[in-house]
Amino acid sequence: MSHNESFEQACPLPALEKQTVQLAHGGGGRLMQELIRDVFLRAFDNPALASLHDGATLPIEKGTLAFTTDSYVVHPLFFPGGDIGSLAVHGTINDLAMCGAKPLSLSAGFILEEGLNMGTLHRVVESMAKAAQAAGVPIVTGDTKVVDRGKGDGIFINTAGVGLVPAGVRVLPELVMPGDAILLSGDLGCHGVAVLSVREGVAFSGNVESDSAPLHRVVADLIDSGVEVHCLRDLTRGGLASALNEIAVAAKCGMVIDESVIPVHETVRGACELLGLDPLYVANEGRFVAMVPESHVETALTVMRRHAEAYQAVRIGAVTMENPPLVVLQTLLGTHRILDLLSGEQLPRIC
Amino acid sequence: MKYVDEYRDRTLATTIAERIARTMSRPWMIMEVCGGQTHAIVRFGLDALLPSSLTLVHGPGCPVCVTPIGLIDQARHLASLPRVIFCSFGDMLRVPGSRGDLFSVKAAGGDVRIVYSPLDAVALARVNPDREVVCFAVGFETTAPAWAMAVVHAKALKLTNFSLLVAHVLVPPAMEAILSSPQNRVQGFLAAGHVCTVVGYEDYEVLAARYRVPIVVTGFEPLDILEGIGLLVSQLEEGRIEVENQYVRSVRREGNPQAKAVVDEIFEPAPRIWRGIGEIARSGLQLRPTYANWDATVRFQHDLAQVGHKGEEDSECQSGLVLQGLMKPPDCPAFATRCTTENPLGAPMVSSEGACAAYYRYRNHMRREA
Repeated sequence: MSHNESFEQACPLPALEKQTVQLAHGGGGRLMQELIRDVFLRAFDNPALASLHDGATLPIEKGTLAFTTDSYVVHPLFFPGGDIGSLAVHGTINDLAMCGAKPLSLSAGFILEEGLNMGTLHRVVESMAKAAQAAGVPIVTGDTKVVDRGKGDGIFINTAGVGLVPAGVRVLPELVMPGDAILLSGDLGCHGVAVLSVREGVAFSGNVESDSAPLHRVVADLIDSGVEVHCLRDLTRGGLASALNEIAVAAKCGMVIDESVIPVHETVRGACELLGLDPLYVANEGRFVAMVPESHVETALTVMRRHAEAYQAVRIGAVTMENPPLVVLQTLLGTHRILDLLSGEQLPRIC
Repeated sequence: MKYVDEYRDRTLATTIAERIARTMSRPWMIMEVCGGQTHAIVRFGLDALLPSSLTLVHGPGCPVCVTPIGLIDQARHLASLPRVIFCSFGDMLRVPGSRGDLFSVKAAGGDVRIVYSPLDAVALARVNPDREVVCFAVGFETTAPAWAMAVVHAKALKLTNFSLLVAHVLVPPAMEAILSSPQNRVQGFLAAGHVCTVVGYEDYEVLAARYRVPIVVTGFEPLDILEGIGLLVSQLEEGRIEVENQYVRSVRREGNPQAKAVVDEIFEPAPRIWRGIGEIARSGLQLRPTYANWDATVRFQHDLAQVGHKGEEDSECQSGLVLQGLMKPPDCPAFATRCTTENPLGAPMVSSEGACAAYYRYRNHMRREA
């Protein structure tokens, strides 16, 4: 895959004594100090982390704190358009953004498998550093553990994050009400299909890259522009369909969305047709829905489309009083069906 | 998207549906055989476009649904053997046997893998010479050529660690079983376009003539299905009994001779139990004796001796009636109450081609409101 070749090392590889991760790298001794100094500090370089204290202390203004955590176990570690490192940064930033918060800083916890190639760890850590820097959200504290070979899958990463919710801002599913419009930030399914294509070795014509991206800037712009945002939700596992169902339950409302206006990339559609998957349930890492009053739709879409990560923003439906908490899809043919939660993961069909 | 969008056009769909309504002078009951068509009908709401006097009943064309419980028990047993890598299409893993599904074997430590192509399983056998790769060969005539080719490859590569647990079934014997039942109410059939792409439709001409029933070979996109229904209704109204081919962009009368030849080389017809329906003569495929080396039931004869052939079916499940078009899923007392996709009583609630799953997934609010 060409995405691997295009990777550029941001700084030269330090001459670490060991070329693979060993149990001692998590043992608290000299090897662990070396790992922290040469890999993590070098990449995540910032004053809060450099103090090497047990935790970071962060000055904050008055306001409401948003706090979230997420663990990343993606396989393979590298995929078109991203890797487990950039994903771990974007995912947690996005969870904060969906609370209406401006992300302040992240923590990073690594669970490394004994025998992991040190070069692989470097690539992941550099990618995290790059993503955090681009997003303007530093990684200020961290932890490393090493587990026996066979008891991990290379690298597991947990990131937690804190952010500040500006005064007067409340973004909650309970605030969603009948009459709200449902806005979608972009096309669906690129992340899920990109990962599937490398994991299963299924080649599709036309490359699909993960949509993984930080969404805090577009969210901040929405809020700063005076759009009355009732609810935001990023469309990760379970995709659009699952996110809408969760919100409908919390808001005790129904929803109707229009299949014909939901953007799906041509290659993603083709892959889904082939495998019998529904793009409305496929995972994304850089897409979200926003529920806003109908009168704010025009402003909201204009603001969203100013940002590269939401340039395809579109109104896909509305919140209704009917049939709570069902999400109804108006099909391409104008008929209606429900968009239910799946009982588990989508499985490729037989024929 | 080319080859998809043009078959999902709203205006054309409405036009065809209106034409069907104008053609109909009395009620008709027709069956779409294939589960893929069932899902398209329910997913796109095609029945809502059609007159209520036209009843669509759903047929047995869901390979996952009709795979007998005894075979799933055998699959579970083989998958749990430490030396075995068990390969299956994803659909099959969630279908309950007597004591759980293949996912639960995986969770308990069995090496169960989802494959996208039978040739992927052959590749697995090549790179794992110290393991036994066993494949659950499930499907109708559509997937049989691919599994047959897998055996051809395995033989050419002299692989001695590759075998199939064959659950393959054939459509025409099942249609014949429905037609010869005294309870049958089906007046016309939409035949499955992809099955006919492989085998053609000469066998269907025999069925149509013998049982005086019109058949239209039909594709899977909304406009295909509506057009197929239109052709079928015209035949019924005019009293014609023919096999017509709606899916001309894919199906020829003689089918695909190469695919048929490879299937015939590797497999032979055999009696098969259909889950919920019972045994139907010559309705399945098994490996020919000359290919016994690649037959999991032969290779693992001793291991399988301890697995019963007849599993216990949940007594409340009405899947047999559903699969024969004698009951619509929402009419089953257990539907969406004691039987859900999370806790299925039978296979049609699990499979992505199962009729119960289609109604549950796309329509269950209608049940709740009733």
